[in-house]
This record gives sequence, structure tokens and C-alpha cells, in this order.
Amino acid sequence: MNQWMDEEAGPFVRPYALIRGRTRSSGENLDLIAMVTATGEPPVAGLGPEQEAILRAASTPISVADVAVELDLPVGVVRVLLGDLRDNGLVSVSSPSSAGPRPNERILKEVINGLRAL
Amino acid sequence: MDSGLSEDPVALKILIAGGFGVGKTTLVGAISEIKPLRTEEVLSDVGVGVDDLDGVEGKTTTTVAMDFGRITIREGLVVYLFGTPGQERFWFMWDELSYGALGAVVIADTRRLTDCFPSIDYFEQRGTPFVVAVNCFDGAATHSVEDVRIALDLDDDIPVLLCDVRRRTSAKEVMISLVEHSLRTLTGPGAR
Repeated sequence: MNQWMDEEAGPFVRPYALIRGRTRSSGENLDLIAMVTATGEPPVAGLGPEQEAILRAASTPISVADVAVELDLPVGVVRVLLGDLRDNGLVSVSSPSSAGPRPNERILKEVINGLRAL
Repeated sequence: MDSGLSEDPVALKILIAGGFGVGKTTLVGAISEIKPLRTEEVLSDVGVGVDDLDGVEGKTTTTVAMDFGRITIREGLVVYLFGTPGQERFWFMWDELSYGALGAVVIADTRRLTDCFPSIDYFEQRGTPFVVAVNCFDGAATHSVEDVRIALDLDDDIPVLLCDVRRRTSAKEVMISLVEHSLRTLTGPGAR
């Protein structure tokens, strides 16, 4: 959103103007660590620069939280943008909780070893 | 309980909680591979049902900052750290944050121990595994782990550690202790 950013004055456009004032959408139930992947479908007309940036960022799987960081936008705004993209079939979202509410034993052991090795 | 989907990328959540100014951002920064980022979450009062929002009817959006960090264990296995907003009126956000979380670190400051009571109550009620990390600030009177455990009325199985949230090795110990505790709650006799 660089064209909307002035070095001294900050953003020209308030984040929620990007999503036309909406605060919720079909993207509302996106978990912060849900993984987003661009489907590779040809983009529909009328995509904003932020949505195009999301599609680029999601060429490999990326978490919802990381998308927000990458685009430097509030998570709430990113959820709405992602909801639109999902509705248009441009991204797929895999929910981390679909595999169960808690990570399994093997994964946790791997995390412990990984943390020790840091 | 391996699902056979082990090739899918796995993302895990650890929450960092505690009172205002207790060192949540510092802890995330000490161990995150990225600079701790303050990401913002939308707050909408519609359907929230939190009493504390009385008096702000008509206010539809505002934002609340949230610390965010990341630790890559290996390709396809990433741990995300989220510093929870301290104020009680943002608790409804915790429900989403804590869903599916591996566990939580509650940071305590012995000079104002009561600040972490709400976090502890919350995670106890939710059954979210947590550890208490006592941040040893410069000049703060040091208390023994046992004193803190008694003061917080914690069950014996909940780990309490002294730490310095600025130090990476200390932050690492806290995280390892949490994941080990989470593993015990998964496999131990009291497993849910």
C-alpha cells in the first residue's frame, strides 16, 4: 500500500476504508494461524492492490497473522480481504484446528527438541 | 493419533499473558526470529456482550494492539507467539486466541502479583495448559518459587519459573517448560 503512504504524514487512507468500512465478512472465522494458499486461479477484475499483494504473499502457504505483518495491516482488515479472496476462489484456507483442538504428542516433542536446539 | 497428514504445514500458538507492562513484548522479542511486531485486532461491540463496554454503544470499531512473534522449528513446523492484550475488556479476544493454543505463559511481577490473577483464572477455567514465569526485574525483591506458588494458589503440577524476559536463554527455558507441561497434560493421568 505504498502509494497510499506518505513518509511523514503516514497513511492517506485509513485501513478500514480499504474494505469499505466493513468489520466482518465471511473471513471472520479465520484463525490467526490458519494457513492461506493462493489457488492460482486467474484473478477476477477489480482486485485492490492489497488483495494482489496477498495473492503474491500466499504463493506458498502463509499464516493469516503473517499476511497481516507482511502487508502491515490490522488483522481485522486482512480477515475481510481474505474472506473476499476466498469467496472468489482465489485462496484456500486450511484451519489448524481441523486436526483437533490440541497438537499431538509427536509434534510437541519435536517442538521441545527444536527449542532446545535454538 | 497421527492423522497421516504430517506433510501439511503445522502452525502452533503460544499465548503470552500478564498484566500491563510486565514484559510480554520483551519476552516475545527475546525469542522471536522476527522483530516483535505489534499487529492490531479489530474490536467490534456488536454481539460482544461484555459488560465493560457499557457506555460505548454506537462505537463500532477500534483497534487493539497485539504482540506477534514467530519461531520456526523446521520447515513446515512453526510456533507463533501472541501477546494477549492485558486489559480485561478485551477478554473476548482471548477466546479466539486460546482456541487450539498449545498453552500460555503468564508473566508475573512480584511487586504487583495481583495483576496476573485474571490471566491465571482465565486459563484455569479454559483448561489451557500454562506456566507462570516470574520476571525478575532489576531491583525487585526476589521471592522463592514456592512463595509465588502459594501466593497465587497454584496447583502443584503447574510449573513456576524465575526468569529474565530480556534474556534469550531464559525465554527459551520458559517456552520449553511450557511445551513440556502441555505434553504432560496431554499424556499424563489427568489428560483431558
